[in-house]
Amino acid sequence: MTPLQIIFLITGLATFIASVMVVTSPRLIHAGLWLILSLAGVAALFVLLEAAFLAMVQVLVYIGAIAILIIFAAMLTRRVMFDTGPQENQYWWLAVVVALVLFAGLAAMMTQVPQFAAGAETLSAEQTDLLQELGRSLVDVNAFVLPFEVASILLLAAMIGAIVIARPSGGGES
Amino acid sequence: MIPLSWYLTLAAAIFCAGVYGVLARRNAIAILMGIELMLNAVNINLVAFWRYLTPEDITGQVFAIMVFAVAASEAAVGLALIISIYRRRSTVAAEDINLLKW
Repeated sequence: MTPLQIIFLITGLATFIASVMVVTSPRLIHAGLWLILSLAGVAALFVLLEAAFLAMVQVLVYIGAIAILIIFAAMLTRRVMFDTGPQENQYWWLAVVVALVLFAGLAAMMTQVPQFAAGAETLSAEQTDLLQELGRSLVDVNAFVLPFEVASILLLAAMIGAIVIARPSGGGES
Repeated sequence: MIPLSWYLTLAAAIFCAGVYGVLARRNAIAILMGIELMLNAVNINLVAFWRYLTPEDITGQVFAIMVFAVAASEAAVGLALIISIYRRRSTVAAEDINLLKW
């Protein structure tokens, strides 16, 4: 057991427990707070995978925007399902079966591929400025400029759509 | 060194937790939380495959960034829909939203 493996196990266990708490916690606000812990664990995993930029984006976009948005929505709508009654529908046991079968299938598939047991080679010296390479590839005509622009259009459309959908019906009143 | 299979197993476990959340929860916002968990598990897989199998190619990270963008727009539109439904029908329970149910 190297120190890195111990760090991974602690982070992974915390992330997994937080994820399970997200889907089982009866109070929606608590589930949102567990979601933040789970997303932070994923950011730590990105650091372990030497993707520092993605870890930062994870904190900014997921924790800073999406988790806060979800908590706001939970607070705006909390009167109706105010932590009363069952939070699961009557087929929750079927969902447990589906999740367990899916996990068993994925785990069984993983044992079939020998490369998955290997460790990673260390990043070579010219790959240390990955961030520059990433930034250039996003605006390079031969690389990912088209998906990049499509993603910006998608974000713009989502923003306009969210504003239009969430606007009070009848318009007019500010 | 951490084997790749550890990351994949963890991502599979988080994905299955998200699947359970989407299938079992009654509250529509909790369902969205499950979807976010599943997207995160996919992102772990993408970055782990990039780091272990093709570290000379930046594609894995670009994929993860696209998933970020799609997740952000999905959360924004989904929560706007939920708030709009709440305003009209005063409910966020998924089984009560049956306007399109035949």
